[in-house]
Amino acid sequence: MADEVSKFVQGDLKLVNLTKQFGDFTAVDDLTLTIPRGSFFALLGPSGCGKTTTLRMIAGLEEPTSGSISIGDKNITDLKSYSRPVNTVFQNYALFPHLSIFENVAFGLRRRGIKDVNETVMKALELVELGHLKDRKPAQLSGGQQQRIAVARAIVNRPAVLLLDEPLGALDLKLRRQMQIELKWIQTEVGITFIHVTHDQEEAMTMADTIAVMNNGKIEQLGSPSELYENPKTIFVANFLGQSNFLQGTVESEANGETTIVAHGIKFTMPTARNNASTSSVKIGVRPEKFRIHDVGSELPGNLLAGGVVTDISFVGVSTQYMVEMPWKQEIMVFEQNDGGAPNIKKGDPVSLTWEPRFTFALDGE
Amino acid sequence: MESNLKTLQKEQTPSLLKNIKLDFTPYLLLIPGLLWLFTFFILPILNLATTSTKTRSASYETGSFDQTWRFLNYVDAFVENQDQFYRSFIYALIATLLALAISYPLAYAIAFRSGAMKNILLIMVIAPFFTSFLLRTLAWKQILGSQGPVVTVLQNLHIMKVGDTITATSFSVIMGLTYNFLPFMTLPIYASLERIDPKLIEASGDLFANGLNTFRKVTLPLSMPGVVAGTLLTFIPASGDYINASILGNPNTKMIGNVIDSRFFRVVDYPTAAALSFILMAIILIIVSVYIRKTGTDELV
Amino acid sequence: MRKWLSKNMIRIYAGFALLYIFIPVAYTIVFSFNITKKRNINWQGFTFDNWLNPCDADGICAALGNSLRIGFISTSISTILGTMIAFAIGRHAFKGRSSVNLLIFLPMATPEIVLGASLLAMFLNFGINPGFWPTVIAHVMFCISFVVVTVKARIAGLDPKLEEAARDLYANEFETFRRITFPLVLPGIAAAALLSFALSFDDFIITNFNSGTVSTFPKFVWVSATRGVPPQANVVGSVMFLGALLIVIAGQLVNRKRVR
Repeated sequence: MADEVSKFVQGDLKLVNLTKQFGDFTAVDDLTLTIPRGSFFALLGPSGCGKTTTLRMIAGLEEPTSGSISIGDKNITDLKSYSRPVNTVFQNYALFPHLSIFENVAFGLRRRGIKDVNETVMKALELVELGHLKDRKPAQLSGGQQQRIAVARAIVNRPAVLLLDEPLGALDLKLRRQMQIELKWIQTEVGITFIHVTHDQEEAMTMADTIAVMNNGKIEQLGSPSELYENPKTIFVANFLGQSNFLQGTVESEANGETTIVAHGIKFTMPTARNNASTSSVKIGVRPEKFRIHDVGSELPGNLLAGGVVTDISFVGVSTQYMVEMPWKQEIMVFEQNDGGAPNIKKGDPVSLTWEPRFTFALDGE
Repeated sequence: MESNLKTLQKEQTPSLLKNIKLDFTPYLLLIPGLLWLFTFFILPILNLATTSTKTRSASYETGSFDQTWRFLNYVDAFVENQDQFYRSFIYALIATLLALAISYPLAYAIAFRSGAMKNILLIMVIAPFFTSFLLRTLAWKQILGSQGPVVTVLQNLHIMKVGDTITATSFSVIMGLTYNFLPFMTLPIYASLERIDPKLIEASGDLFANGLNTFRKVTLPLSMPGVVAGTLLTFIPASGDYINASILGNPNTKMIGNVIDSRFFRVVDYPTAAALSFILMAIILIIVSVYIRKTGTDELV
Repeated sequence: MRKWLSKNMIRIYAGFALLYIFIPVAYTIVFSFNITKKRNINWQGFTFDNWLNPCDADGICAALGNSLRIGFISTSISTILGTMIAFAIGRHAFKGRSSVNLLIFLPMATPEIVLGASLLAMFLNFGINPGFWPTVIAHVMFCISFVVVTVKARIAGLDPKLEEAARDLYANEFETFRRITFPLVLPGIAAAALLSFALSFDDFIITNFNSGTVSTFPKFVWVSATRGVPPQANVVGSVMFLGALLIVIAGQLVNRKRVR
């Protein structure tokens, strides 16, 4: 029965008005979301934002308070987790300690009454390059190997949707990078919809086609990694993905697709399309790496912040980080590539900052 | 109004049914075992309560009693056997403290200092207690007895006077109690020590840098549940025991268990035996609940 | 030297504690080889006779047989009932949880003499004579709590994610229990059964109250203690010790194989 479901149910995953309450606490708040078939989708957010609860509801491990979940035309809201064409890679893998690696991977197939599992299981194990470990027990494997077995155990069932719950959280940095690439490759290989829950923005941006940033049970913003980074729609997103500098200002005029904003008595321009504020009071945001730092008098054209003083310099390898204090005592963070382009600046030097107007984004001000 | 009620009921029925279906399994699992405990533990205790207020029947036939609701039985029983009560709890307390002093370092050594020997040592702690405890207690009697090796050596060294004994003293009774309930102390402590993440102890080593402080501030508090469980599992059976006092003691080391036993089997005075049992249980329950509250460990069972 | 001493202090202490635990066992084993008929107190010489003829002491084998039978029956019943309760507590939500916990805890907080005496008093009240089955009933009663506590600890140590993973992999409630939960809790159940058997086999106080004229091994030892315990009793004690050792070691090996 379960097999029929997983074979014939295909299509986009749709969450409609999905809500989950634990007592008075609303973990997921009226969430509506469509995840296209075959995409690599990431739910990104801090702990307690409702991303894991959303995942557990899709898996059928948690019952929604209200709302519906469907795959293609099939409503799966009331299906038990074992009848859903959905499989999960658990946070600490949850490999069955008393079963061999082979039997772990074969578990789902056997439960669906498939008799000859040998070939399918071995194929899945080859996909994660661990076929030679099939007779071992999970405790005999390293963290990275266990992680791959957890992936193999899930994808061997060819689910319509594969859920990954912080799958790389337990691995060290180097292994995590490697697994990010491998997971991405596996996803393209098998073409299953992947939904990846993580609090690591870098991980989400590396792997996913589309990211939904969640906060307080709601989606703050949905989009491609570059969209979210370059044009965040809320302060939360701007700060959660990378770092941002903000200047409080007011819109002065709009003309020819260009908006002029005054902040701290200085005029700045930016494309009107990148103004996400609904009021004339705005916060203009600039990412630290968009700034160019200059000795006074040798500025480039563009938006200009003059009269700064360098208060701190730290070398971080590919770039150097400067803290620059503005006349109104605000500290601005600047990253300069260590490619020889930046002038030789020391702590206490007076500097000017410039950036291209097209990198500016604006959000609702105070 | 009525139609309103009906629609309300209609709406509620499905969710109600769902709840009932979900709740059935645990009760089915609980009923047989709990029924057994109710019938053969609770009912006998209640029955004992009624027995405790009976008095010897007018016919003076052995084992025949009338229900007279004589609560003075309790006062009589307690006053008459004060010494034995007092002795039972003192002996049990000393034995518990000794067992703790022996078990904690032992459990600690097994949990943290035994390396690959861990399982073997654990087996060595458990296995001896499969030898009948009567045999082991009798073995102590002979080892410590006047013809045994210990007394002989001590007398030859003139540490002990000829005619003095180790057995048939309160010392040997307490030693026997300590010995017999040792695994009940060691195993819970070991279990709670083993659960402690060694990283925590390392981390504390970083912060306090001193072994004794680490122990006092980290290890000991984290192992408290084991200590509480262990002391209870030792103190309770020790205070009701009469085997050690019978084998290793003398008439002046009689504990309350000895009295209850003889009231039941020799004197055939069920009401007094029942009253004594009840007093014993009441005192233990009071001590236990105060102790659990003081140590703040609710998760015992 | 001093440094070594302070470093190994705790090991030395533990060594003495183990010695204390082992002395009477060693004594019991050694004296099972003593040449003696009745009073097994002074060493007379070495013999295998007692081991070859363990039934030579009057009534010892009948008593042993009763103990084994009572042990097996009460272990089976208490393990099943206790495991069911442990699963209810560990894996289900229900009303009256604290009362259930109290009912499980109370028998362990009650001295054996009270348990034994109260049960006997009730049997007598209802005109039931003490004997084999009343003893089994009593043993099941005091073993259940220990089974519950042991199995419950194992269930509590079980990662609920494993059961979720099974359900996620198309195993329904029954299959999840059969393939994942039960096999993983089984070592706990085995340990509980072993503990239960040990408690039953070694029990004297409660048995003495409820067994009437039925003899058990501890009763045999108790009765013969006044006249001198025959060396055959030491043989039985030694076999119990070695048997337990064997079972526990075998259990450890099986466990290691299951995880590796």
